[in-house]
Amino acid sequence: MSSQPTERSNSRSKNSPAGGAGVLERPAEPAAQLNEDRDILVKIFHQMLLIRRFEEKCAESYSLGKIGGFCHLYIGQEAVGVGAISALRADDYVLTSYREHGQAIAKGISPEAVMAELYGKAGGCSQGKGGSMHLFDADVNFLGGHAIVGGQIPLATGVAFASKYKETDQVTLCFFGEAAVNQGAFHESLNMAQLWKLPCIYICENNMYGMGTSLQRAMSSQNVAAKASAYELASESVDGMDVLKMREATQRAIKRAREESLPTLLEARTYRYMGHSMSDPGNYRTRAEIEKYQERDPIKIFTKTLKDNGLLSDSEIAEIEAQIKEEVEKAVRFADESPLPDPKELYTDVYANPIN
Amino acid sequence: MAVMTMRDALNLALKEELARDSSVFLMGEEVAEYQGAYKVTRGLLEEFGPKRVIDTPITELGFAGLGVGAAMAGLRPIIEFMTFNFSILATDQIINSAAKMRYMSGGQFKIPIVFRGPGGSAYQVSSQHSQALESWYAYFPGLKVVMPSTPADAKGLLKSAIRDDDPVIFIEQERMYGMKGEVPEDDDFTIPLGVGEVKREGTDATIIARSVMVPTALQAAEQLEKEGISCEVIDPRTIRPLDIKLIIESIKKTNRAVVAEESHPFASVGAEISAQIAEQAFDYLDAPVKRVSGADVPMPYAKNLEQLAIPDVAHIVAAVKEVSYV
Repeated sequence: MSSQPTERSNSRSKNSPAGGAGVLERPAEPAAQLNEDRDILVKIFHQMLLIRRFEEKCAESYSLGKIGGFCHLYIGQEAVGVGAISALRADDYVLTSYREHGQAIAKGISPEAVMAELYGKAGGCSQGKGGSMHLFDADVNFLGGHAIVGGQIPLATGVAFASKYKETDQVTLCFFGEAAVNQGAFHESLNMAQLWKLPCIYICENNMYGMGTSLQRAMSSQNVAAKASAYELASESVDGMDVLKMREATQRAIKRAREESLPTLLEARTYRYMGHSMSDPGNYRTRAEIEKYQERDPIKIFTKTLKDNGLLSDSEIAEIEAQIKEEVEKAVRFADESPLPDPKELYTDVYANPIN
Repeated sequence: MAVMTMRDALNLALKEELARDSSVFLMGEEVAEYQGAYKVTRGLLEEFGPKRVIDTPITELGFAGLGVGAAMAGLRPIIEFMTFNFSILATDQIINSAAKMRYMSGGQFKIPIVFRGPGGSAYQVSSQHSQALESWYAYFPGLKVVMPSTPADAKGLLKSAIRDDDPVIFIEQERMYGMKGEVPEDDDFTIPLGVGEVKREGTDATIIARSVMVPTALQAAEQLEKEGISCEVIDPRTIRPLDIKLIIESIKKTNRAVVAEESHPFASVGAEISAQIAEQAFDYLDAPVKRVSGADVPMPYAKNLEQLAIPDVAHIVAAVKEVSYV
């Protein structure tokens, strides 16, 4: 399946810098059409930029020792989560991996509650018990951050199963990295999803590295979208650096899920700028490689699209930047001021029906 | 009361709970059209239809995880493992997802799921199909582990497990499905989780046994009675949480304890029970706690070797005599 044809081509230069597989090797495509409401487009821009600045602040807080453990940043991949989640209804579900701060914010968890969770504070969205890798919010149907590679894929399949069982028309989005595709959980889930026609949308964020191991060194057949054919699943490969393409591809998958109760596999070709986690210096790739991908930075691309279409001016962008700066500072203030979990919380929430 | 097999008592519990709550569904290999590999699910497809009684591919990790996800979204799945040996493929979802989801989400989700099926020793099926895995699951906070030893307990405990809001590992014993006993037919009959039972009263020694070791211990107690030793047999029924109070009360009376189990001895549930007895009732003991366990080897196929690997009446009798210094 190919992307929808676009009606309006933009003035983006057809850059095709050399090197690296994936996004850059593909021919430049016309920009997604802008037949969207301006408010939605601005909201999408705002979210992507908020997530970028939020993650930059996380890196800073991590180096100050305010965030502990593992911390996996989303910088470079914002278009995937924001584009896909922007296509959802509020009551739809999202399950994802441990690189999920951005997706949590996009699904509606406040930056304050996310930052407080990273700080291990009582005001965190998981009350300080989950941390960076386990953000949850039942109120917005964000069903976690899961930290075993691929573990969320059967879970999401089950959430979609429940929607079908209960005869609601909710859909479930499941994000995972391309390294998860090598896990049995991925294949077992796709098989069940197509066999039982479950409204689940599997979004593989192909950033081309599973920690320090490149796709080339880990996957015998590197076309992730094509793997869906083994299970007769609909699939699509999407430019994961283009937020509108992500949104549109997800909209097509949602229509299939909601109206026909069918699953879809989307392969979003993207790139992470930072290390796998904060402790990863990234010695397995060159600075030049990262810079090449940054030329197709998702925020840069979308900024240009908005400006070229006369939807956002430089001064409006500056205003949004200032607003986001305040939002991130507010999140940090909230996290700083939020109390530590009460020591008695150590033994709560183990069981729903405790037996003494 | 009706006399029925453990198999039929479990079947009745499933039937009653499927009828009681439409959010309950049953999923597993061969549970529907084949009527269950051990016929525990016989007739359920016919009565409840394919939406609620679902045959799966052989994909244990997949359907265990699907069950946990469905539980997060408000359903009450019963996931059957054809045998618990195959649950080993699903441990990531049982341990990392089911057991921990409530805690790591700060209490936002309950996971009302039952993982059930036969476990423990079977007949001449060798190492991969004949083993006791309860100590694995009992290790993890967030899980409850239940092992019935009679048809009535099987029915009452399974119904409680299905109604419970936490993940329950419900291990039936493959060799006990044909065992008969009286079972209450009342569809509100349940047995609370975490409550053990004195299966036989006695004064001279306490035998703590679970699952198939309970009838074995009762036979041993009968034999010992003839030799003048009165044994109390305690069945905790739920392994986690463990009714240690019942065990300690009995030891305060008998001052001697034998822990009988089918599992390997190292880091077993019996080891945990022995440690808790030492911590809580040391001053009441007239002899060190004696454990009777399965042999510390993978299960052999040859009938004579298999018999040597599984604890029997004679092992328990000998252990009771040892702690009684006779």
